[in-house]
Amino acid sequence: MNTPNDTAIEFKNVSYSDGELQIIKDVTGTFPKGKITTLVGPSGAGKTTLFRLCNRLISPEAGEILVNGENIVSYEPTELRRMAGLALQSATMLSGSVYKNLSMPLTLQSGDLPEANAKDLLKDVGLEADYLHRNVKDLSGGQRQKVSIARTLVNKPNILLLDEITSSLDRVSQEEIETLIKKINDNYQVTIIWITHNLQQALSIGDYIWVMMDGKLMESGESSLLNNPQNNHVKLFVKGEIE
Amino acid sequence: MSYLTLSLALIFVLIPIFLSKTLKLGLEKDTIIATVRSIIQLLVVGYVLTFVFDAGNYIYIILMIILMIAAATHNAQKKGAAIKGIIWKLVGTFIFVEVLTQGILLGFQITPPTAQFIIPISGMVVGNSMVLSILFLNRFTSEVETRQDETELILSLGGTPKQAIHMSLITSIRASMIPTIESQKTIGLVQLPGMMSGQIIAGADPVQAVQFQLLILFLLLTTASVTSIMLGFLSYPTLFNKQMQMLKLRT
Ligand SMILES: Nc1ncnc2c1ncn2[C@@H]1O[C@H](COP(=O)(O)OP(=O)(O)O)[C@@H](O)[C@H]1O
Ligand SMILES: [Mg+2]
Repeated sequence: MNTPNDTAIEFKNVSYSDGELQIIKDVTGTFPKGKITTLVGPSGAGKTTLFRLCNRLISPEAGEILVNGENIVSYEPTELRRMAGLALQSATMLSGSVYKNLSMPLTLQSGDLPEANAKDLLKDVGLEADYLHRNVKDLSGGQRQKVSIARTLVNKPNILLLDEITSSLDRVSQEEIETLIKKINDNYQVTIIWITHNLQQALSIGDYIWVMMDGKLMESGESSLLNNPQNNHVKLFVKGEIE
Repeated sequence: MSYLTLSLALIFVLIPIFLSKTLKLGLEKDTIIATVRSIIQLLVVGYVLTFVFDAGNYIYIILMIILMIAAATHNAQKKGAAIKGIIWKLVGTFIFVEVLTQGILLGFQITPPTAQFIIPISGMVVGNSMVLSILFLNRFTSEVETRQDETELILSLGGTPKQAIHMSLITSIRASMIPTIESQKTIGLVQLPGMMSGQIIAGADPVQAVQFQLLILFLLLTTASVTSIMLGFLSYPTLFNKQMQMLKLRT
């Protein structure tokens, strides 16, 4: 169905274990280029681990991961991590100001982020410009989440890995972020992979969907598959009977 | 001092044992072990030193230094068990610090090349280097653990391992050096340094004793900074693999 040209990330029989525990079990599947794919599944299914594999913070013990048609190991790790930007649910902040956090991706390459650009980024994620010089200590969980997304965007990734970034946001912020992500996807053809536990969100914003359970990819395809899942476990999950 | 008068000094050991017993501090056993060990260790050192001084052979001096470095490595290595190859990193650091300091002392003829100078000064240098290593390794392993998320964040944003570990490394190097620097600020105000006191009691001219003490203090500044920095830069790469991924600390 997908030729390499329209595949952003491809998993080929990928497995990953932490010690004795197998976390990712023989996953094969693709994430189409330039689309929004949501990744859903019960907690502990291995979704975050899959993202860490895509960003190459960890390496699979078996199988191959291709990014834009090339084996992930053929990239410089730093280059790949900028290209496949990751925003984690934990939204870890570096101690100091919001500005320091936003500048970090460029500081790491001995560059700097002009204040005006930083303010534009804040506006994009729905924060007032005067947050720039606040200390991250004084931010709420939702505000940190927004700073974390903005920080990942500084690297101008062409694949964006978003891990439950809207779970800690109120309804209004959630919609703001959804609008922003759709805008980024439309304007720059950035491939979005979005972990969410909100199936409504998956249906409304995602073109494609991956359903993972217990380290395995159960079903993937157009988002509408949620309306008519084939697999019995997925059926139960969609009905909300598996958390 | 005769051994008879020295044995009277054991009164100073009986006092803490008595206090520990009455107040149930539970320190009697450790106090006795510490006393016995210090008696045996120092007497052995005394006799060995007499032998080495009399023999006047450089081989014995080098053997003594090797022994010091081995003992220091043995003590410090436990604190760095989480770091791969820590033993060789410590040995390398101690040898480097020892060669550097003796190189300067002997090269500029600050001290004469005799066992009487080389051995005690080496003892202070290696001993201090050991303390600094322990302080550094303690702090570094705990920083690495508490800053794990931060380290991975920087990697995930496209940073190199060196950039990712920078904060943990600098914090630990600084923290381990601060006691050395702070203690020098107040030195002599309350407490006379041990070596200087010893020399004065043994009848040396106080000004001469002060000069020596200053030499040692300056020496220890170099020892402290070189130890922490060298050990830090030898240690951090073992926390990452070639793919710039963070490895778990060995436990
Ligand atoms: N660093 C780790 N060490 C040990 N187990 C882990 C680690 N990270 C994740 N796991 C385990 O792997 C499984 C998948 O975790 P995760 O990828 O976070 O799932 P999800 O994001 O879908 O909730 C869980 O059972 C979790 O307990
Ligand atoms: Mg997760």
